[in-house]
Amino acid sequence: LSSSLAVTSEQIEHLHRRFKQLSQDQLTIRKENFDSIPDLEFNPIRGKIVHAFFDKRNLRQESDGLADEINFEDFLTIMSYFRPIEMNMDEEQLDRFRKEKLKFLFHMYDSDHDGKITLQEYRNVVEELLSGNPHLEKESARSIADGAMMEAASICVGQMGPDQVYEGITFEDFLKMWQGIDIETKMHVRFLNVDTIAHCY
Amino acid sequence: GQRSSESPKYSNQSFAIVSFKWDHVKEPYIIALWILVASLAKIVFHLSHKVTRVVPESALLIVLGLFLGGIVWAADHLPSFSLTPTVFFFYLLPPIVLDAGYFMPNRLFFGNLGSILLYAVIGTIWNAATTGLSLYGVYLTGIMGEMKSGLLDFLLFGSLIAAVDPVAVLAVFEEVHVNEVLFIIVFGESLLNDAVTVVLYNVFDSFVAIGAMNVTGIDCLKGIVSFFVVSLGGTLVGILFAFLLSLVSRFTKHVRIIEPGFVFIISYLSYLTAEMLSLSAILAITFCGICCQKYVKANISEQSSTTVRYTMKMMASGAETIIFMFLGISAVNPDIWTWNTAFILLTLVFISVYRVIGVVIQTWILNHYRTVQLEIIDQVVMSYGGLRGAVAFALVALLDDKKVKDKNLFVSTTIIVVFFTVIFQGLTIKPLVQWLKVKKTEHREPKLNEKLHGRAFDHILSAIEDISGQIGHHYLRDKWSNFDRKFLRKILMRRSAQKSRDQILNVFHELNLKDAISYVAEGERRGSLAFIRSPSTDNMVNVDFSAPLPSTVESSVSYLLREKSGPVCLDMQALEQRRKSIRDTEDTLAHHTLQQYLYKPRQEHKHLYSRHEIMHSEDDKQDKEIFHRTMRKRLESFKSTKLGINHSKKFNKIHKRDRGQKRRNSSVIPNGNIPSENPVQDFTLKEKDLEFSESEENNDYETLHLGKGVDFLANVTKQNFTDTPAGIDNPVFSADDDQSIYMKFSPWLSSEDTVVPSQRARVQLPYSPDNFRRLTPIRLSNKSTDSFLLADSPEDRPRSFLPESTHM
Repeated sequence: LSSSLAVTSEQIEHLHRRFKQLSQDQLTIRKENFDSIPDLEFNPIRGKIVHAFFDKRNLRQESDGLADEINFEDFLTIMSYFRPIEMNMDEEQLDRFRKEKLKFLFHMYDSDHDGKITLQEYRNVVEELLSGNPHLEKESARSIADGAMMEAASICVGQMGPDQVYEGITFEDFLKMWQGIDIETKMHVRFLNVDTIAHCY
Repeated sequence: GQRSSESPKYSNQSFAIVSFKWDHVKEPYIIALWILVASLAKIVFHLSHKVTRVVPESALLIVLGLFLGGIVWAADHLPSFSLTPTVFFFYLLPPIVLDAGYFMPNRLFFGNLGSILLYAVIGTIWNAATTGLSLYGVYLTGIMGEMKSGLLDFLLFGSLIAAVDPVAVLAVFEEVHVNEVLFIIVFGESLLNDAVTVVLYNVFDSFVAIGAMNVTGIDCLKGIVSFFVVSLGGTLVGILFAFLLSLVSRFTKHVRIIEPGFVFIISYLSYLTAEMLSLSAILAITFCGICCQKYVKANISEQSSTTVRYTMKMMASGAETIIFMFLGISAVNPDIWTWNTAFILLTLVFISVYRVIGVVIQTWILNHYRTVQLEIIDQVVMSYGGLRGAVAFALVALLDDKKVKDKNLFVSTTIIVVFFTVIFQGLTIKPLVQWLKVKKTEHREPKLNEKLHGRAFDHILSAIEDISGQIGHHYLRDKWSNFDRKFLRKILMRRSAQKSRDQILNVFHELNLKDAISYVAEGERRGSLAFIRSPSTDNMVNVDFSAPLPSTVESSVSYLLREKSGPVCLDMQALEQRRKSIRDTEDTLAHHTLQQYLYKPRQEHKHLYSRHEIMHSEDDKQDKEIFHRTMRKRLESFKSTKLGINHSKKFNKIHKRDRGQKRRNSSVIPNGNIPSENPVQDFTLKEKDLEFSESEENNDYETLHLGKGVDFLANVTKQNFTDTPAGIDNPVFSADDDQSIYMKFSPWLSSEDTVVPSQRARVQLPYSPDNFRRLTPIRLSNKSTDSFLLADSPEDRPRSFLPESTHM
């Protein structure tokens, strides 16, 4: 397990402890278990994040849809998306790594699992994202989403003829959008502290 | 000034009409003269672009100083001027450090705080100890000949020569543009090591005074304790004054004019207070700047913000110039020159070598904990960039030569070390950076997507941290911003400023603004400003448009916008910078389509004259309604996902659109004859929107063919893009700055063929000075301090914004 996910055994132990905490010593976690984490409440996109844990695509299972519960292995799988890059990775590994992380993001945005992020889905995401700010109107959020979508369209497709229809952002387009931005260094969590400081209630 | 003191009896001295009262003005005159010389020198240096690209300014200034010192010496045989520590520490250093703190990119700084602290504290101690001990060791072998110093003197010297100097680092790195992480680490180190330097220096100084024999263990312990006291105390003083400053700035609404003064005075007080309490003054003023940034920028008016920014940069830049020049001058003082080859040479060797070793070891340790690793190249730059500068010189000049017998030797060595690092290392660091292909700062367009996803990241990572039970960066940052939002903001920020402006909004604003500018520029280019001539009213816009086409730079609106040094222009510069990196026309076109979106920031409706809340919300609601209505209609068509650029569609359509567009802007474009009450500008959004929505048939997302417009702009702006003020400003960070631009956008484009009646024709709108709304964001005036955007609270703008003249 350790090698396939490139997480050290120390980290596995720690995560296991955490898993037990969350699941209240059961073997699996359900969505409700995530509610017990106090700080998560303030997070505007918690819905999507929790959802991501149960998304079968992230769990590397062939099927689609949502799992009802996940076990520790799945938990680890999700966590492994956030491991930092190692010094000794070569180009190909880095590329794969990057794709994996981006795929995770993509799945989060693409809620209906159709492989495309449509305008409505995008709007949804942006609205949620900005919902933490009480002064930001929903409509403003929408217009921002639309603007962003346009931007994305222009990057991915460039100039379009008057009859072309842009249906949504596919994964390839998504990759294009992220060209040049080093997501590998940004999207990771340091598994440093061995003692859990934040407890569940 | 004194008249010659002849006894009153001999009053045969007649009244002198004019007299030469040199003594009277001597001191201020000389100071002013030196400042003038330094500034003139800067002008001269920058005349030759070739020279400044290779040689860092600081080096040139030192050389100039040497030259001038030589002249003075030759003339007078008096080393009359030198950089006295008092002047340096009280007047020259604070502005520089304050500037650094006030414009510090906080997120980056605190994100790397661990690394910075490690280098600053451990690194400096390491450098000091090893250098001092090695020199002592070599001394013991007798190579250095006769010296009157003991171990403590060497350690003292080591401690003052070990510290990396913020002034020098800024001066050199500012021209090199390495990537942000690298810069912040070196720079942060140079700032924070002051505490260590101060402590070590004082400790060893007093040890030397006590005498080597009498130093006890208690004294050493006291030394260690004093380190913590000095550093933490200094920081606390800084934070305290930052709190005070933010609080004060909350209430300065009615004294806008002196607002900038508060920033400087209170910050300076923090410096002096820390100095008085023998705490680390640099840390105090740094943290004062760092902590007060956010609140002060939110509270003070835009003009004050601009004033603060420019004054700070000016003072910092000026101080830096003077420092380097005087470093040169002070060197020409044969009295102090003592030469000891071995000592000097070995010092140079030791500080370089030990710095490298220190950096390597510390980086190795750090890399276990850092997520973004520091590679070899970074380490090279860090080692090489450990410049010593004026702080070391000032410290060494402060030494008491009765206690430290070898003071002159130390001074000479310090001068040589400083010269070496600044000149030689400064000269060679640029080629080195290029040769090593160090990652440079990336100046990228602020893509909306990037910002959005960046935000998403933050949240995701916080969540993961929460889920996995880690206390990580994001967790801490989240906690901090919650705390900030709940308590600090309420106390420290003005109520109006409290409504938080989201970063994403800012990007959106800026994009809209950019599009607006390009749109206007495009319109001008086509000469479509001719529409402004409108026959229907008395108050003619008497502008002659047949005159030179806007292709001449002077008459272009956008040029004006760029040229004025108002807050818009600062952003303009940033925008232009970004614009330069526009690769595709598609980009611009896409952004241009953003114009189609009425962005209406909920929180900022700053009506110029309205003092009544009520009026606010009424219009608010109306506008909102219309806004939504139009948006909905537009998005209907987007749903069919017809997203594209219609080239086939016309030019004449575009023209007409321009015209329609421009008419709306007409009042905004200045000319001398616009009446002061500006009835023209008083059409509410409602009117326009109504007419808008009526004619919304074929609602395609047409966009202007902006290709040429972009080039035009790019050309125009090339000349106008002024340098960032030298010395301090790292261009990476300047774009981060001004966030207080509020914009309200009118529906810029109606994509149909509306023959929009000129605004004057429409004008019987309820206008009163109270119900006033500026529709477009662009306003021209020739007051360079005016804000161009609908930004200020009603009380702010009692004057009419009648632009005084026209540039067309």
